[in-house]
Amino acid sequence: MLKILKYSFYDLMRSRWSYVYFIFYLLLGFVLLFLNNDVSKAVITLMNIIIVLVPLIATIFGVMYYYNSKEFTELLLAQPIKRTSIFLGQYLGVSGSLAMSLVLGLGIPFTLYGLLKSNAIWDFSLLLVAGAFLTFIFTALAFNIALSNENKIKGFGYAVLLWLFLAVIYDGIFLISLIIFEEYPLDNFSLVSTMLNPIDLSRTLILLKLDISALLGYTGAVFKKFFGTNFGFFVSMGVLMIWTILPVWRMVHKAKRKDF
Amino acid sequence: MNVWNKLLLILFMAFGAASHGSTLEICSTCPIKSIKEGIDQAQAYDTLLIKKGTYLEFDIIVDKPLTIIGKDYPVVDGEDQGEIFTVTSDNVTIDGLFIINVGTSYTSDYAAIRVVKSKNFLIQNVVLEKLFFGIYLEKSTDGRVFHNKIIGDAVEEFNSGNGIQLWYCQNVSVENNIVQHVRDGIYLEFSDQIVIKNNISTNNVRYGLHFMFSNDDLYQDNTFENNGAGVAVMFSKKIKMYNNTFKKNWGAASFGMLLKEINDSEIIGNTFEENTVGISIEGSNRINYKENDFVNNGWALKVRGACYSNVFSSNNFLYNSFDVSYNSKLNDNSFSGNYWSNYTGYDLDKNGVGDVPYRPVKLFSYIVNRTPETIVLLRSLFMDIIDFSEKVSPVFTPDNLRDNSPLMKKLQ
Repeated sequence: MLKILKYSFYDLMRSRWSYVYFIFYLLLGFVLLFLNNDVSKAVITLMNIIIVLVPLIATIFGVMYYYNSKEFTELLLAQPIKRTSIFLGQYLGVSGSLAMSLVLGLGIPFTLYGLLKSNAIWDFSLLLVAGAFLTFIFTALAFNIALSNENKIKGFGYAVLLWLFLAVIYDGIFLISLIIFEEYPLDNFSLVSTMLNPIDLSRTLILLKLDISALLGYTGAVFKKFFGTNFGFFVSMGVLMIWTILPVWRMVHKAKRKDF
Repeated sequence: MNVWNKLLLILFMAFGAASHGSTLEICSTCPIKSIKEGIDQAQAYDTLLIKKGTYLEFDIIVDKPLTIIGKDYPVVDGEDQGEIFTVTSDNVTIDGLFIINVGTSYTSDYAAIRVVKSKNFLIQNVVLEKLFFGIYLEKSTDGRVFHNKIIGDAVEEFNSGNGIQLWYCQNVSVENNIVQHVRDGIYLEFSDQIVIKNNISTNNVRYGLHFMFSNDDLYQDNTFENNGAGVAVMFSKKIKMYNNTFKKNWGAASFGMLLKEINDSEIIGNTFEENTVGISIEGSNRINYKENDFVNNGWALKVRGACYSNVFSSNNFLYNSFDVSYNSKLNDNSFSGNYWSNYTGYDLDKNGVGDVPYRPVKLFSYIVNRTPETIVLLRSLFMDIIDFSEKVSPVFTPDNLRDNSPLMKKLQ
């Protein structure tokens, strides 16, 4: 598995995609800080970017990588190597290199701009952790889609749709249902709905740090417990873990049974 | 402190020269063993010097113009029996005492020091602990409450009292006090021409500062932090609030400052930081908000209705989740020349003023007003999209509510 991981990783390096991605974040970080001159404001802007862009790039990249390396995968399958290690290796190679580009690309400019001395460091590290999680989750989801669809066009279509759904449409439906059912107690519903979408989940995680004062403005015992204590943080982290493990497990499961 | 000490000395000398009072010492080995005895034996304008020790006394009535000074903080322990000092005479000074264990009662408001219908009083350097009410001024005028420390142990609102309470007072200054863990840190009712300055009121069960029906008062350089419901000011006129700090008042019914029926006032140079609501405004007219900093609040301003002719100018709105929220479509308040960290416009003519007006009310804040649970969608892409469409063509938010001259740089 490690060998395949290493191979995928270096493959991405050689194809320069990792560098492009890394440089993109590096530039983004520098431009943001240059324009804002204020670390705490840049963190807020960055959050919007991470929540929208990271899942998109991870999805597209995951699907693209899978289809691209399909012939190589088939070659590997002919060798006496466990299927689990082939697919897990590829998955970890792709998501690992994406996550590394993200963390380094954003970490370097912020560190240079005196983040370590600023008290925004915790917000920022949380942001990076959420970004890394999103990368792992969405690459796994993309691999799932690609494994289930032989047709490349279809696979890409589903991948983009998945991103669109989780990033925008889901929140729209969520909002409309909250407004329609506003007569009913909605605390639990709204918190559970947040948990069901990894993008909302990581947003909540960051909100817990950035906008805690607004979140506490709502009168509700459940909200108060969730946002007012560390409870919300641990639950969100836990659910993010589950969100990572489940798609990976399904991917491995699917790959074992698939007839190539 | 040194300057104050000197001033005090001069004051005492002046008093001394005017009245030729003598000094009576009180201690466990002196002829006079208790404060009550001391007051009985003293003549008007005498000084009682209480030496170090513990005095188990309560219901001490000061009915002569006396100067009561504690040396090395003698402890006056009320043993939870009732009120400790009641001042009924003019020209009384209480200085340097450590007063503990004021009685709790549900029918009368026992205080550590109560001043009733007196003039020219001075209460300073007093430390109060385990109290019900702290310093209670009642129908008194021309006094000073200076440099006291009040530390309560209040948990519930119904069985606790206020730190410094002024009721029907005039012309009193409350300065450099520290008030913690009581119900309301500083409470004023029907008190006019009061100066509240340099006080630090923190961790109180209800309000850091609370006043009602009190006009022409000045609040300056105070700090109100982490109070149950922040600061509430109601039904008053001609209030001046300068350079105060309101910090970390979190909770559903918590505000940096709650203004209700406040008219013709000035709120200048204050800092509102990390509150759930910076200022909540209701039925308040003709107020001038200038040079205030609103930093990291949930809502910087929550305007609830019946607010007319208020002017918001030269304020900094920095990183608030919501800058302004309105619950109606009407607007009669003006916003101009503020700095908004959420402003995304440009300044082509480089005059420091943005060329596009800023709309501080977002559609999302309107939605949250309606359905509070939607707050979990804060900062989501979907919300940004509908906020943007509302910005382009306002439907739900007041059309004329905008800052036509938003600043490009933060005001220092």
